[in-house]
Amino acid sequence: MKPAPFAYARPDDWPAALALLAEGARPVAGGQSLGPMLNLRLALPERVADLRHLPGYAGVTVQGETVRIGAGTTHAAIEDGAVPGRLGDILAGVARRIAYRPVRNRGTIGGSLAHADPAADWVAVLPALPGHAVALGPAGERRIPLAAFVLGVFETALRGDELLCAIELTALPAGTRFGHWKFCRKPGEFSKATACVLARPGAPPTAVLAALDAAPLVIADAAALLAEPAAEAARIAAALALDDPWRAALARTALRRAAEAAR
Amino acid sequence: MKITLTVNGAAATVQVEPRTHLADLLRGELLLTGTHLGCEHGVCGACTVEVDGAPARSCLMHAGACDGASVCTIEGFGEDAVMAALREGFSAEHALQCGYCTPGMLVVARDIVLRLPDADEARVREELAGNLCRCTGYRGIVRAILGVLAARRGAAT
Repeated sequence: MKPAPFAYARPDDWPAALALLAEGARPVAGGQSLGPMLNLRLALPERVADLRHLPGYAGVTVQGETVRIGAGTTHAAIEDGAVPGRLGDILAGVARRIAYRPVRNRGTIGGSLAHADPAADWVAVLPALPGHAVALGPAGERRIPLAAFVLGVFETALRGDELLCAIELTALPAGTRFGHWKFCRKPGEFSKATACVLARPGAPPTAVLAALDAAPLVIADAAALLAEPAAEAARIAAALALDDPWRAALARTALRRAAEAAR
Repeated sequence: MKITLTVNGAAATVQVEPRTHLADLLRGELLLTGTHLGCEHGVCGACTVEVDGAPARSCLMHAGACDGASVCTIEGFGEDAVMAALREGFSAEHALQCGYCTPGMLVVARDIVLRLPDADEARVREELAGNLCRCTGYRGIVRAILGVLAARRGAAT
């Protein structure tokens, strides 16, 4: 339960962070996912690069309709209202149910998304929202649609020489409906099935089904799901051909409940 | 690596391996054994201390993350009025038996009282989900926290 030896680096600007990455250092932000993996020796990096002191890494800025959330913004800050408006309400509700408050005080939205644990909350919700992940590499910034960012279990669209520096989201109108369902037997434990449905005025509704031990299932047009939650959730979950009947039942039910809550 | 942090109001400089986590640093280097280690992977909550004014898992902060931090352990809350009320409440409500979870419970309880002054029983139980107690069944802990919350609401009106 103690980590294997590793070296520590604290870059204080982005070029230094990218240089460390190029040398093979493992980036870490709040350490609430990597920390347990180090302690359990599931991760054995030779060196970690602590990103928390990079300029602009944490914090929320609004420019017109674009809300830029620094990758190092903590779940607790989002829970406490760092993001304004209807978008902020939705994100705060999701953040409050991530793990436990002492974990949310350190854990970050960008760290969680880049880690891409299939059961993670942001992995299950951000692909439903209009926006991009902002990757920074040697050639500058690159924007990746959130719906296409997580590619598999612990696998993302980030290249080996890129760091996730921000999440850029589009502000949501007040009339936006959002349904979210997460199956945990105890608050804060890893989800067994998570679903969300976002219905904003003037755009097709979107949905995500996640915590499937695979990439999240992103439904770009969830109109049918909103119209007939039970039948459509059953059809979508059956098409996944999950091995365990209980997992299929949780997936189906999470999706149906999220859709019902978004109507 | 050599790091400097503030612990219970006093500066401390220690020489540790980067893999040393805050709980081991507190217990092994500074001999502050009030911080308890249970699971060492962020689930049980026994090692919870206050870091820069907010509760954090000391088992998940390795040495580099502690450099420059301000830490308050269970030993550091002696003069704190909320912690004093919680200690009395925990005693009156039999909110501990073996005491292993208690330091982490108290740090989280104090955060609940200060951050969520209107919390009801359901919210207190939700907030305590990250702190495991295998003795009490939580009833006494919940009653103690609700009692402190009610007393503070009474004093505020």
